Amino acid sequence: MTALLEVRNVTKRYGGLTANNNISFSVAEREILSVIGPNGAGKSTLFKMIASFVPTTSGEVLFRGERISNLAPHTVARKGVVRTFQETTIFRTMTVRDNVIIAHHLRSRASLAGYFLGTKAARDDEAAFSASADEIIHFLGLDPVKGELASSLPQGHLRALGMAIGLATDPKVLLLDEPFAGMNHDETMRMVDLVRGVRDRGVTVLLVEHDMPAVMKISDRIVVLNFGQKIAEGTPAQIQQDPKVIEAYLGSEDVAIGL
Amino acid sequence: MTTRLLGIAAFLVAVFVLVPWGIAVSGRTDFYYTLTSVALLSIASAGVWLTFYIGRINIGQGAYCLVGGYVSAILVTKAGLPFWWTLVLAGLFCAGLSVLIGLPILRLRGVYFAMVTLVLTEVARLTALALPVTNGASGITSIPLPGGISIFGITLIPDFATHANPKLSFYFAAVTLMILAYAALWRLVNSRIGHLCRSLQQNEELASSIGVNVTSLRLIAYSISSFLGGIAGAMFVAISQSVYPSTFTVTDSVNFMLNCFLGGLGYVFGPMLGTLVLYFGWDLLFQTGRFQLLIYSSALILLMLVLPNGILSLGRRQGAAR
Repeated sequence: MTALLEVRNVTKRYGGLTANNNISFSVAEREILSVIGPNGAGKSTLFKMIASFVPTTSGEVLFRGERISNLAPHTVARKGVVRTFQETTIFRTMTVRDNVIIAHHLRSRASLAGYFLGTKAARDDEAAFSASADEIIHFLGLDPVKGELASSLPQGHLRALGMAIGLATDPKVLLLDEPFAGMNHDETMRMVDLVRGVRDRGVTVLLVEHDMPAVMKISDRIVVLNFGQKIAEGTPAQIQQDPKVIEAYLGSEDVAIGL
Repeated sequence: MTTRLLGIAAFLVAVFVLVPWGIAVSGRTDFYYTLTSVALLSIASAGVWLTFYIGRINIGQGAYCLVGGYVSAILVTKAGLPFWWTLVLAGLFCAGLSVLIGLPILRLRGVYFAMVTLVLTEVARLTALALPVTNGASGITSIPLPGGISIFGITLIPDFATHANPKLSFYFAAVTLMILAYAALWRLVNSRIGHLCRSLQQNEELASSIGVNVTSLRLIAYSISSFLGGIAGAMFVAISQSVYPSTFTVTDSVNFMLNCFLGGLGYVFGPMLGTLVLYFGWDLLFQTGRFQLLIYSSALILLMLVLPNGILSLGRRQGAAR
């Protein structure tokens, strides 16, 4: 197992508050790894540091052995590490299809001037993006709503659209921020299938999630955070029996870990 | 597609044939100056519109108009360069300047960016007052009229000083410039660059997560905006043959923004229509004397309440840029 993504001794402090303390783990290619933990455990902060949306206080994140922490977010996206958002963050006044087409930006071959002048490279790009967008839309089951304004979508479709935007960038690692939040059982199961499908396309998936049953079902491995510390790492079976994890969760309302 | 071509043809006929014909018949040659001003101001407004398109409220276009005007005036009078060269140089100078200014201030959003740009016009005016090269409050006057342009001995634009009717020539030059500016803007907005700008307007975080270099795209849009301000200012100064620190003031900057609001922020040709309506509206209200400003501002408030998406939203589908 070679590590595609490696989080090495990452610490984040906001003033006197330590959001993440000396966290290390690695993710293998085509793995689905979940980061779980009670509210305020530092999951989201960790995520933002991996995507370089916030700088680390110390430590580093490596992608294929190369440091990607503390760079501009678009640079990290260009290297193939792309995040989706916890809230339903989309381009609201564009259609679903336009959302996915615009997200192909990283695959552009033509220059901006080329797009202005409408060169052959630019027209080829547009054709390729349209075709690819349609394929992704179909893959995520968004066909019936692809002409709709993104702001008018129901929540399930919005999540799928967020993932479609992520996929359009042709990522190597996709960071999904709470993909199951607010979903009922059926929707969750459908999303689990989608995430697996994404992995089967060759994308390594790292996700942050509250929904224990879904996490246990989908993950190859799980990293557990509590109060900014990593308290456990292992397969779902190992995590379910880990006394430290059980203790952390029994201390909170979220006791559904037993599944 | 055919309706669009017909529309373009009708517009070209109107500005190049009908307007000069109407003015010749009615003898109202003062309209040439008015319409020339509208054309040039609408170029500056187009720039402001583009900054709106990346989600920034720009109340500083007057600064770039003033800078463009001075750059052209100084290059013509001091360096003896032909006007048409200085027109391009003035635009490029403003674009370069806006990169330096934009680098720090484009990080600001919403009202903070707007406030800083509001100050820019005043800074430009005070700089023009202070610098030796701009000749302080007395400004630069008696700027020679633009010369001709010929390529390989073929005269494209004859020397303005030899024109029988320089007002008509300036009208044609300004309108041509306006059409070129709007054609370029239309192309820009309907290309992938325009879509990327819209992605910035809607969500900069998401845009950077799909790999858009937000900083550089903002700078590109702002420098194009300032380029348009610079050439509009340079052309304006060439027509009045003089430039003073008060040639473009904060009021002008505010008007450029209002033009965009009034015409419609979602429509490329919004600022053009907005400039026309606002300029003529102000002139028409002149007869109301001391009530001019009161009626004018009340009408504007009313229009923004009734038509928040601008005049062009009356006849068209909302949302998409046209």
